[in-house]
Amino acid sequence: MRQFDFMGKRRIAFIVSIVLTIVSVAALALLNLNLGLDFTGGTVVELHYAAAPSLDDIRTLLANSGFENFSVQTFGATDEILVRLQQTFSNDVGNQVVSALSSGNASIELVRAEFVGAQVGDQLRDQSGLGMLVALAGVAVYVAFRFQYKFALCAIISLGHDVLIVLGLFALFQWEFDLTVLAGIMAVIGYSLNDTIIVYDRIRENIRLSRSEDLAQIFNEAINQTLSRTLATSGTTLLVLFALFFLGGDMIHNFAISLILGIVAGTFSSVYVAAALLIVFKLERLDLIPAKKGEVVDDTP
Amino acid sequence: MLNRYPLWKYLLILIVCVVGVIYALPNLYPQDPAVQISTTNGSLGSQQLDRVTQALSDDDIQVKSATMTGNNTALIRLDDAEQQLPARDVVDDTLDDSYTVALNLADSTPSWLTSLSAAPMKLGLDLRGGVHFLLEVDMEAAVEQRLKATASAIRADLRDERIRYRDTQVDDNALHLEFANSEDRDAAREKISQTFGEFQLEDRDEGRRAYLDMTLTEQSIKDIQDYAVQQNLTTIRNRVNELGVSEPLVQRQGPSRIVVELPGVQDTAEAKRIVGATANLEFRLEARPDATDSETESFPFRNGSQRTATLSRDVIITGDRVSSASQGFDQNGRPQVNINLDGTGGSLMNQATRTNIGRNMAVLYIDHSTNTRTVTKDGKQVEERIPTTSRSIISLATIQSALSNRFRITGLDSPTEASELALLLRSGSLAAPIYFVQERTIGPSLGAQNIERGIFSVIVGGLLVVAFMLIRYKAFGIIANVALAVNLVLLIAAMSLLGATLTLPGIAGIVLTLGMAVDANVLIYERIREELRNKTLPQQAVHAGYGRAFTSIVDANLTTLLVAVVLFSIGTGPIKGFAVTLSLGILTSMFTGIMVSRALVNLSIGGKPLKKLWI
Repeated sequence: MRQFDFMGKRRIAFIVSIVLTIVSVAALALLNLNLGLDFTGGTVVELHYAAAPSLDDIRTLLANSGFENFSVQTFGATDEILVRLQQTFSNDVGNQVVSALSSGNASIELVRAEFVGAQVGDQLRDQSGLGMLVALAGVAVYVAFRFQYKFALCAIISLGHDVLIVLGLFALFQWEFDLTVLAGIMAVIGYSLNDTIIVYDRIRENIRLSRSEDLAQIFNEAINQTLSRTLATSGTTLLVLFALFFLGGDMIHNFAISLILGIVAGTFSSVYVAAALLIVFKLERLDLIPAKKGEVVDDTP
Repeated sequence: MLNRYPLWKYLLILIVCVVGVIYALPNLYPQDPAVQISTTNGSLGSQQLDRVTQALSDDDIQVKSATMTGNNTALIRLDDAEQQLPARDVVDDTLDDSYTVALNLADSTPSWLTSLSAAPMKLGLDLRGGVHFLLEVDMEAAVEQRLKATASAIRADLRDERIRYRDTQVDDNALHLEFANSEDRDAAREKISQTFGEFQLEDRDEGRRAYLDMTLTEQSIKDIQDYAVQQNLTTIRNRVNELGVSEPLVQRQGPSRIVVELPGVQDTAEAKRIVGATANLEFRLEARPDATDSETESFPFRNGSQRTATLSRDVIITGDRVSSASQGFDQNGRPQVNINLDGTGGSLMNQATRTNIGRNMAVLYIDHSTNTRTVTKDGKQVEERIPTTSRSIISLATIQSALSNRFRITGLDSPTEASELALLLRSGSLAAPIYFVQERTIGPSLGAQNIERGIFSVIVGGLLVVAFMLIRYKAFGIIANVALAVNLVLLIAAMSLLGATLTLPGIAGIVLTLGMAVDANVLIYERIREELRNKTLPQQAVHAGYGRAFTSIVDANLTTLLVAVVLFSIGTGPIKGFAVTLSLGILTSMFTGIMVSRALVNLSIGGKPLKKLWI
């Protein structure tokens, strides 16, 4: 079986990672996430037209009916229209929009109307950020407990890298970031961690078995040994995600995108970032071999 | 002997699989579109059912079955979902107003499965259509209302004791009483401290005036707020039941919020009006001409005329004392509401009217509403809520004789208003104002489409994985695929058993689980291949593969489970559904990936001399 020299190319990998991270941070800082209704608050009304309408007509009709700060776009198909409104005060916006637009002699069906109050959105935003941090912290504690703190640190950095890249791409392309995408990103944390742990597990096993001090070589072997598994699992997961992306419908489109991106990033990072970072953090054989009983100084009188 | 399981392990796995199949089975039986009839005061039996089925067949609507499901409820199953709405209208027209007719989806689980308490998964709103509301209870208003009620009670007490007071005022969490001198105040304090223990009392003197400040303790504020949310929950439940929705959900969320989910409801406007209505009644006497300003309040009449009347500040009873109410018409055909009071209400009303024959009594209609407007504060968009309370007199009539617990109210605009007022009085008033902070309406077509697409992507995703595993691992691929199928069955069984609600993200979770569930087998098989490359004998390679992959599998899955649990704790609604599916999927895939696939491997090759593994 061919052996790839992953560790030899770790500088190139680091550069790629750093560039992607910088682009992501810049995209997040400059463009911001296109937060969905769940987080911003506001109103979304989805309508189904019997025949594809003209968006400009809809805008004029809405403006004439006294709506302000709205946006109109097609959703999936040309006869599905999504109207977003900033206003939150009205009790019955969905039906108002339908009646405003019905005056244009079009046959319209209300598919869904959603309204989220601004405080709920704010609260959710705080809660989500907190949740992500709690998840990362929990993972760090578990890895530190099962492996060693250097592993935990590197795993967290590599997970943060994956999450940041997915968020950055969402900001860059201004894809809508809603609750399902958040769920997708949490799943990415779980998935990417899964990958990383498999590699770490093998690294730990090989360090204990081998007498070599050349850690880069040991890492290379471990990654090569787990490579076919990593690719097979990522492959099956990507297969089902593409099924979801193409067939699952508009409501989970972005969820599928977040996972596809996350799994690609996660596979890359568990091969390159997570293991290569261990070298940067100067992992030593001693870190994994428990101190012998005799070495503990008994200083009790 | 390598790769052999003891018999009990095979049996255990077999039992788990059989149980899984049984509890997953109900999901294969499609739900029937149905119309549910229920009544609280009419009689419902085969006679009414016959009439309804006759009317339905006259209208060319296919009835699958019509059965009684309880003493006062019946279910009419239909063949075609398209006919559900017309069928409801027909049933509604056939039966009179004392029956509630609602759309429903009825399980068609066969009885041998129901007897094992197996039931299909519930579908979330995003899959079946309906309305979702999130309501916030106005906590400050709850405290304020309590303070006002206390002020009214104290005024009555002080008058009974002939203690003179000047004024009562309410501000945040406190009640201020003003007296002409400190003797009056001390007497009042003596009296109040006996009855109102939830307040901290404090004297304050300003010049010649003496004040008594009554401040609510932290604990009693919490109690009041808690009570307000509980009370609102009960009231909203009553109202939702009056709406006749099947399987509604009314649940507390966090300290001050209430979730309401009404599956199948499409008319949000009506649902919102009934759920959020805050109308209530107050009965008060018209003020005597010699009453001081601090004892009276003026209100306009409701019929739009410029007339006002001056009423006493003291409330005889409020709508909360109503035990039952129904809409009717008076002899002139005008709408009226017939009211029955509960015991306390009846005696209070009797007491007040007996001693005041010849005076006027007013019925005051109170409506709390909240207007939300967005204002810019410190460069940020902030929502500001302006609570408004409109009070108007709907009738002012002379007391002819002492009233008992039974009387009627006239002066309402329309029969609809009368019947809504009757409904609100029956279901009780809200203890504190509520407002809508979130609302989702999902049309039934979107729901059906979501299910269709979801199931289709599960099938396609599953087949892709199956094909991949077959190509890559050949014979062992078959074993992994059987394990995958068992995993899907167990996952669905576990979700059905736990009563989890299936949502669209939940389906996505199932699809994702399918992709990740083969991971355990992939790990094991890659390990076996590796051992084989190192020239290990086939049986030993299989044994070592399963053994060595085990820690990796456990470590990897436990951490993912950890993330899923965090997601569950922060998520709401659909996201919780996703987290539940993901967690259950991890557990079942560990079982099938390690135990089931091992059992299959052991059964097929265990103990046999093998030269080569087809992997």
